[in-house]
Amino acid sequence: MNLEIQHIIYLLSSVTFILGLKMLSNAKTAKKGNSLAAVGMITAILTAIVFHDGAVSPLVYGLIFGAIAIGTVVGWLTAKRVQMTKMPELVSLFNGMGGACAALIGLVEFHHNTSNPTNIAVILAGMVIGSVSFSGSMVAWAKLNGTLKNAIRLPQYNLINTAIMFGLFAYSAWMVWVGTAVEMHLYILFFASIAYGILFVLPIGGADMPVVISLLNSFTGLAAAFGGFLYGNQVMLTGGILVGSAGTLLTLVMCKAMNRPLFNVIFGAFGAGTTAASEGGPQGNVKEVGPSDLAVQLNYSKKVIIVPGYGLAVAQAQHVIKELETILESRGVEVTYAIHPVAGRMPGHMNVLLAESNVEYDKLKEMEDINPEFAQTDVVLVVGANDVVNPAAKNDPSSPIYGMPILDVENAKACIVNKRSMNAGYAGIENELFFRDKTQMLFGDAKKVLTELVTELKALD
Amino acid sequence: MIYFIILAVFVGVEVIGKVPAVLHTPLMSGANAIHGVVVVGAILLMLNTQPDNYLALGLGTVAVFLGTLNVVGGFVVTDRMLEMFKKK
Repeated sequence: MNLEIQHIIYLLSSVTFILGLKMLSNAKTAKKGNSLAAVGMITAILTAIVFHDGAVSPLVYGLIFGAIAIGTVVGWLTAKRVQMTKMPELVSLFNGMGGACAALIGLVEFHHNTSNPTNIAVILAGMVIGSVSFSGSMVAWAKLNGTLKNAIRLPQYNLINTAIMFGLFAYSAWMVWVGTAVEMHLYILFFASIAYGILFVLPIGGADMPVVISLLNSFTGLAAAFGGFLYGNQVMLTGGILVGSAGTLLTLVMCKAMNRPLFNVIFGAFGAGTTAASEGGPQGNVKEVGPSDLAVQLNYSKKVIIVPGYGLAVAQAQHVIKELETILESRGVEVTYAIHPVAGRMPGHMNVLLAESNVEYDKLKEMEDINPEFAQTDVVLVVGANDVVNPAAKNDPSSPIYGMPILDVENAKACIVNKRSMNAGYAGIENELFFRDKTQMLFGDAKKVLTELVTELKALD
Repeated sequence: MIYFIILAVFVGVEVIGKVPAVLHTPLMSGANAIHGVVVVGAILLMLNTQPDNYLALGLGTVAVFLGTLNVVGGFVVTDRMLEMFKKK
């Protein structure tokens, strides 16, 4: 009887996960969907504890509740305190924790199950995938928060990584085959998996990190599903598989938005051709513009489009940009925002940031909708974006970003680009847009120069 | 079992079929919280461990802690992101 109740509750929890994910993919229901899934999760956790058969010592209960309590407090505070710009690395961090959890389960369960080959296979699979997800997420986290700046590539890294991957597979298969109970093999496999996760993510450039995180996210889902298989636990199984498949699809959708095949992200990185491209890239003089001249120019425009990019997020300039919008609108200038699918650091990240500073949802235009409008635009203000407005994506087949859909800012009457310096963007390539006749550069930290711009605009009244 | 797994895969794909780019980040973050269900495994592991097996208990406790971090952090951060959208 108990078992049946447990199964029904697990079924209900699984349903909340499915509905939650479904609701998360629609702007109106997303928040409710998230809460619904959270309720399902709490129910599943409580059910696992309450419906457990057999004696359990108070020490064990103490440890479980202690760990849950501390985990809740730490997780809650971290999630509440993080700045919105730092979100991508946080998602990566939490993902890594889930992976580590799966890996630890494998490490402990191994020697309880050495007599059953199916169980060993499931345990090893969960542990390997969890470990890869853990160490990979940690590298992604370090890359996103700037600790690890450059892509590090061993010579022949693709070959080495592929070899390790097959090595992990073969080693696990061998362990299952001979039914080894020797823990040394388990530890070798564990450390090799950790190493693989690191080597897997290290060569991948910062611009591709969102895709990698999404991929590792689905890995952790898979690891959770293997855990569910081991314990015969339906809610772990459904939750894990659901995230595994939804995460894989999401990864592919993101790749499509950036027009980068997944294969290229993983194996190509922004490859060796990059250096050649930047050396032979466009040369010439750039025109500079100061805040006061720009203020006049904006003041007498009819239509202005703002193209926010990652630089805006780094400078925390999302509030100043809203201020700029308000003052321009009060002067009768039409202001809209052009959001590239991968603006910011993750798809949708820029929308979250601008929503934070109360920019109206209707003012955020997606790429397909806004591109035809550039031709009728007086001034385009590009703030901290680079690769997403690089015309090379359209007209230079040798460029590493060739084929990526971009915002057609070059069609506007004037184009102002705010950047801290002339350094290349994430993809590490020069942008010929900066050297165009219609382009003027506004150098400086986005928040600082935009504040100056707003001050100048106020003075014009 | 296989039947069940294949079904779950299709549900996963179907459920997020047409998600707008705007919601990619919250969706990824929400999915991230859901795979925190692995914490249930860590709890089951603890419940089945003998109280004198200190190594297993230690590792298990760490696993429960990390899993909880994944669940709570994941849901809270997703909620915060979506809060931004709701304000208007």
